[in-house]
Amino acid sequence: MTHHVLAPAADQAEAIATVWQGLFWPNLVIYLAMLAALAWALWRRRPAADEAPGLRAKHTHHWGLALLGWTVFIAATLTAYTALSFVQDRRLLAREPDALRVRVTGEQWWWQVEYPDSDPSRQVTTANELHLPVGRMARIELQSDNVIHSLWIPALNGKQDLIPGRRTEMAVTPRATGHYRGECAEFCGLQHAHMVLPVTVESPAAFAAWLDAQRAQAAPPASPSATRGKQVFESGPCALCHAISGTDAGSHAGPDLTHLASRPTLGAGALPNDRAHLLAWLADPQAHKPGTNMPDPKLSPAQLTDVVAYLEGLR
Amino acid sequence: MCSPCRRIERRAGFALAALLALAAVGCERERREYASKGPPTTPPGAVRVGTLQPGTPLPTPSEPRGRHFEGNAYHVNQGQQLYKWFNCTGCHANGGGAIGPALMDAQWRYGGSIEQIHASIMQGRPNGMPSFAGKIPDDQVWQIAAYVRTMSGNAPKYVAGGGRQGMAVAPPLSRVPRLKPKTTESSQ
Repeated sequence: MTHHVLAPAADQAEAIATVWQGLFWPNLVIYLAMLAALAWALWRRRPAADEAPGLRAKHTHHWGLALLGWTVFIAATLTAYTALSFVQDRRLLAREPDALRVRVTGEQWWWQVEYPDSDPSRQVTTANELHLPVGRMARIELQSDNVIHSLWIPALNGKQDLIPGRRTEMAVTPRATGHYRGECAEFCGLQHAHMVLPVTVESPAAFAAWLDAQRAQAAPPASPSATRGKQVFESGPCALCHAISGTDAGSHAGPDLTHLASRPTLGAGALPNDRAHLLAWLADPQAHKPGTNMPDPKLSPAQLTDVVAYLEGLR
Repeated sequence: MCSPCRRIERRAGFALAALLALAAVGCERERREYASKGPPTTPPGAVRVGTLQPGTPLPTPSEPRGRHFEGNAYHVNQGQQLYKWFNCTGCHANGGGAIGPALMDAQWRYGGSIEQIHASIMQGRPNGMPSFAGKIPDDQVWQIAAYVRTMSGNAPKYVAGGGRQGMAVAPPLSRVPRLKPKTTESSQ
């Protein structure tokens, strides 16, 4: 996973990196030159009082020219910086008409990701994973209904706050396929640190295939154990908060689990997504993410195995 | 040692003990208990929902778990969130009642103590209240019951928050006047 501001993988992050580089290197040179000038000023010998008075006058004359040059230099540098920032800002704010629409909602403490479609049956709702096609602009609409969050995917763009009651937006045009990492960058409560949004940038064909797979209903249970797990899920405490499309579970207080097994992490980056961690998570969520709104479901060991067998099949 | 000195010493000891007790109560209010460590629960069925019975009425046994959840601000706050998430608002609105009875008044058909509210949520009641036993984990039912108690000012004042979650026209929970719960038959 790349997680670096100076390794941009999108137009917007590149604009930010360009401004960063464009300010850093000239400033470094200026800073070193200033230190050298200071060292020289400290080191040089002041003319003694008994030396010829003409020597002092000559020095003063030289300084007048130097100060004028310095002022011009400062004005020119600041103008160049402003121009650089202005040009790159335009890249950040540019919008394309055929951009992909994505809606990201900040929850406590996970991300809901939706791909709206004019046909409701083609709309996709997922959680804690963001897939984007390479080379196409994505307009990410950001919202929150609890507290202020902030989405930061350093390799793709800068931070953007998610503010309750307001719709904010971020544009991203990825240029390199790969896996990136998004974080919540505004303290939002107990588990702010475990609020990770893994981002996958893939080829347009792979993205279309992923979106189609997400549109499909949940896979039916494949084994007797998974069938029992589905029953426990639908009739027990799970269905009070979670939704699995195509089943009786349809609540949206917690993340949608329709294709849980295809996601990289559990608990918004708290644990890797595999069988052992899923078992551990369901046995005691508070041990792995203290304060999470996922309660201990108090399942018996047999029920636990069955539910995990069912969830594992939700590819 | 002279006797006045000893008296002063004793008084200072009492004052210190009182201060420590006060501090301990304060900690209990704020403590965020994520995994349940409260007292064990009594088997269901022990809660009485009314006083109408032959012979001497038996009191509802008070459960230490109820006081434990009612006396903690974190549990009350979580209860407030769950009340919305689990759609209690669908029937009871924000406590004012709609097709379900109001929860912010003094009238309780099946009792207004936290044990009785917990039992009503777990067991369900006639004319529409579903049973949530096996659906909502027990701890969360206690949290919801604790929040419901704050609606009529019956949870300790020090746990009720100075505001409400989201937009609300109602006064903050800490300013709700206490309405002593009456069961329907005792009010007749």
